[in-house]
Amino acid sequence: MHQTFDAALGINLLHANQEGADHNRAHFDEWGIICLNVMSSPGAGKTALLERTLAVLTHEYKIAVIEGDMTTELDAERLRKYGVPVIAINTGRSCHLDSKMVAGGIHQLSYQYNPAEFDLVLVENVGNLVCPAEFEVGEHAKVALLSLTEGEDKPLKYPVMFQEADCLLITKMDLAPHLDVDVDRIVANVRQMNPHVAIVPVSAKTGEGLDAWFDWVRSWIARSAPAKQQLSVVH
Amino acid sequence: MTKALIITVKDWWESQPVPPKISCIHLIVGKFTCVEPVSLQFAFNVQKQNTFLEGVELAIQETPLIAFCHHCQQEYRPEIGIQYDCPTCRSPMEDIRSGRELKIDRIEYCSDSAKTYAPNL
Ligand SMILES: Nc1nc2c(ncn2[C@@H]2O[C@H](COP(=O)(O)OP(=O)(O)O)[C@@H](O)[C@H]2O)c(=O)[nH]1
Ligand SMILES: [Mg+2]
Ligand SMILES: [Zn+2]
Repeated sequence: MHQTFDAALGINLLHANQEGADHNRAHFDEWGIICLNVMSSPGAGKTALLERTLAVLTHEYKIAVIEGDMTTELDAERLRKYGVPVIAINTGRSCHLDSKMVAGGIHQLSYQYNPAEFDLVLVENVGNLVCPAEFEVGEHAKVALLSLTEGEDKPLKYPVMFQEADCLLITKMDLAPHLDVDVDRIVANVRQMNPHVAIVPVSAKTGEGLDAWFDWVRSWIARSAPAKQQLSVVH
Repeated sequence: MTKALIITVKDWWESQPVPPKISCIHLIVGKFTCVEPVSLQFAFNVQKQNTFLEGVELAIQETPLIAFCHHCQQEYRPEIGIQYDCPTCRSPMEDIRSGRELKIDRIEYCSDSAKTYAPNL
């Protein structure tokens, strides 16, 4: 006869990922880099937003992209046109990036470049409204995209990402005249669970709202400026 | 999340002096997480095959979403998918008291070691 035992554990399932994320963030902090984790359902416009962002902000900052949402190698090429390193992560069948995958990307960046020269790392997460919200990758802030075509009730149905977001971009605003969608309702629904999130309606097609988004990114990069100064003194 | 679950159990299992034969994993999953218990159960049953978790049962206990309204000084239960702000005063949901849990509560195992199960993860 064998005896049965019971081990009381209370171990958080996300503990290992969290440790990895903290490790990644420590690297970013050491190099004076701000990392933004860009998340949305497939097709909400992450890559289009990154293209627009690189077109303007590469004139002000040194930027790298960690690309976790590649349908084809073409996606990375679209972004490399702006002269930035684009590190493609093979996510396999995973429905989200995790901190280990991004650690691989960071180490690749630090082999090929002097990471302390960079100001901003943009991570394009796997297109999925659910899982990426739970798996931190070492970002300083989370950016969620919701396209107008997805409907007002998405934030209520998939609340975790919207509750965790630091910035919500309502994308494809150029389509508003063609759709029966109430932007104020989207905003109200998100505010129910996240009163402090910055909400910026944008269109990658017309450029509407992008200046406000750039300002939001600039304000984050400004936070790492003191650390950056420190670095250049040491060098 | 299935991968996170299996890795977490494996870490614990390997840290034991003699890796035991696990019979049941008791999981606590909050209603305000990305985890859908039925899907997790299904994925676990597929992925445990031919690993040290072969034959192991997964028992999932869900915890409700409970928020605390500081304005009203009381707890309330937001209706997931419908409404999250305070039903009394409409203050946003800011203080979640329950529903974000994702943890292994306990593991049942028996004394004879699981030597026959190769950890081929
Ligand atoms: N009308 C319109 N279409 C857009 C906009 N942004 C992206 N799209 C289109 O939406 C589709 C998906 O965009 P993409 O950036 O690849 O989305 P991702 O999967 O989130 O990276 C593409 O066909 C884009 O041309 C926008 O602001 N307005
Ligand atoms: Mg994309
Ligand atoms: Zn209240």
